[in-house]
Amino acid sequence: MVEFRKPEKNQRPIYALVDCNQFYVSCERVFQPYLEGKPVGVLSNNDGCLVALSPEMKALGIKRGTPAYQIRPVQEQHELYLFSSNYTLYGDMSARVMKTIASFAPDIEIYSIDEAFLSFKGMEHMDLTAYAQTIRQTVMKWTGIPVSIGIGTTKTLAKIANKVAKTYKAYQGVFNIVDHPKMEKILSTIDLEDIWGVGRQYSKKMKKMGLMTAADLLHLENEWVRNQFTVVGLRTVLELKGYPCIEMENTANPRKQIVSSRSFGHPVKDYEDMEEAMSSFCSNAVERLRSQKSVARQLFVYLCTNPFRNDPQYANFMYSRLPDYSAYTPDFIQLGKTILRKIFKPGYLYKKCGVMISDIILEKDIQPTLFDVPYCQQDKKKLMLCMDKINQKYGSHKIYFASNGVLKKWRMRREILSPQFTTCWAELLVAKDNPGSAFQKVKLVNQRS
Amino acid sequence: MNHIIHKNLEPVRMLYSCTAGQQVPMIGAVVPAGFPSPAQDYIEDVLDLNELLIQHPAATYFVRVEGYSMLNAGIYPEDILIVDRSLDAVNGKIVIAVVDGEFTVKRLHIDKKGVCFLMPDNPDYEPVRIHEGMDFSIWGVVTNVIHKL
Repeated sequence: MVEFRKPEKNQRPIYALVDCNQFYVSCERVFQPYLEGKPVGVLSNNDGCLVALSPEMKALGIKRGTPAYQIRPVQEQHELYLFSSNYTLYGDMSARVMKTIASFAPDIEIYSIDEAFLSFKGMEHMDLTAYAQTIRQTVMKWTGIPVSIGIGTTKTLAKIANKVAKTYKAYQGVFNIVDHPKMEKILSTIDLEDIWGVGRQYSKKMKKMGLMTAADLLHLENEWVRNQFTVVGLRTVLELKGYPCIEMENTANPRKQIVSSRSFGHPVKDYEDMEEAMSSFCSNAVERLRSQKSVARQLFVYLCTNPFRNDPQYANFMYSRLPDYSAYTPDFIQLGKTILRKIFKPGYLYKKCGVMISDIILEKDIQPTLFDVPYCQQDKKKLMLCMDKINQKYGSHKIYFASNGVLKKWRMRREILSPQFTTCWAELLVAKDNPGSAFQKVKLVNQRS
Repeated sequence: MNHIIHKNLEPVRMLYSCTAGQQVPMIGAVVPAGFPSPAQDYIEDVLDLNELLIQHPAATYFVRVEGYSMLNAGIYPEDILIVDRSLDAVNGKIVIAVVDGEFTVKRLHIDKKGVCFLMPDNPDYEPVRIHEGMDFSIWGVVTNVIHKL
């Protein structure tokens, strides 16, 4: 049996998990302040179901995952605000939050669009709770996004501290669990399912054994845990006991693959519609490829029917390679069409199609060949840059390839999308002279006083 | 951002010349044959408008102007304001304020009693006194105006 040792104080790692509160809802509120205090929800792709909701909406008994059609009746009785997912806005706001918090610590690991770990190693001489409050206030001021921060000696404990910070208002969004005298009592309030890394399966198995909360895991024998729950379970238990097992990961390298896919708003039957959809996804993926100054060579196309319908089912995929690295959209569309012709079968009602670009390298790393001019020295590149610029200036998809289709019958439903306030010149926030009729009221009050 | 680019360029060239990677070299003169210019060693600096106009990128937002209430401050309709949320809204600053859930641009005035006013910079408009119970907050501080001539 390996012996586990806790690192010395001051040399041990300290993790802070910064988590944005109802991130999507908060993003909408920053640019639409009238939503403050109102029930707000954000819908998934195709406006299918709720993926994020404000506490005011929860108070009406609505849960995450509720299908949109079930909310409509509630909407008739209550004033609620629903939005389509505005991924461009959320992505930009996420980058702002991450940039802001990154300046507060020597190391940051961006864990998801709305969560990041900061490393506070070697900063134990400071009042970390007060420091985290400063971080929280700065993020609020700079971006308008409320965050909660949990501090612990392991990532798993930082996650738990974050949950405590979110649950109890008195902590004002920050909780430090490091060397906490009531550690066990706190852990006894944490359900197994809410522990980072404990899946539904493990928690079921544990509950059958009479283990109910995080505190119950503290006194288990390491050897026994490993036998029952493999090394994965052991890692979680050790982390709860304060032995760090999961280190910071730096995920700064450019993406190794880019996926663009959507479920269709309506089932797609015809090859022409499918080709339009595929072509659109290609355009989207290659645009993202260019935005990270990369080129790629491999394209993967897939399609499938809806397994939840009682129709004949079919799914297929295929990939192919370009002769040279490229970020020229037509290269990929052309290749995509060749693939699609091979995998498309008529007579099915398709639900989804997607493309994935891989074998990605940075543009500057292209190895020139003896006979061909590389992509970055061709007019192709100039054309693409010009197109991206126009679309950035006048709104996305203002110019596009005809193969993407004009009607886009298959298109994702995003009927209640908010503007791209921070990324499109044509959709900027507007400051008015006399905002709304409210100002008139204010004027009257002023005159009277 | 065609505001900063010379008007005589044909449209496509214009858009193209403002791509992200393109920057304006500070010393861009063509060197005639003969002795190389001693200045050549220093062609490292490029002028970046972001550097001039934006101190805190993560906290900076652009806002478009509607209306004439700030005319005398040089803020015209359709201008783009550069707004820095990280700055403190002190007396006399031009701010983006939220009143009853809507955005407006005005000059912040705080009198000796600590009462806030949103002051227009145009005699045709009335100042607005902020009183308690009003739905009011400061969203950010305006640092620059981008005005097209």
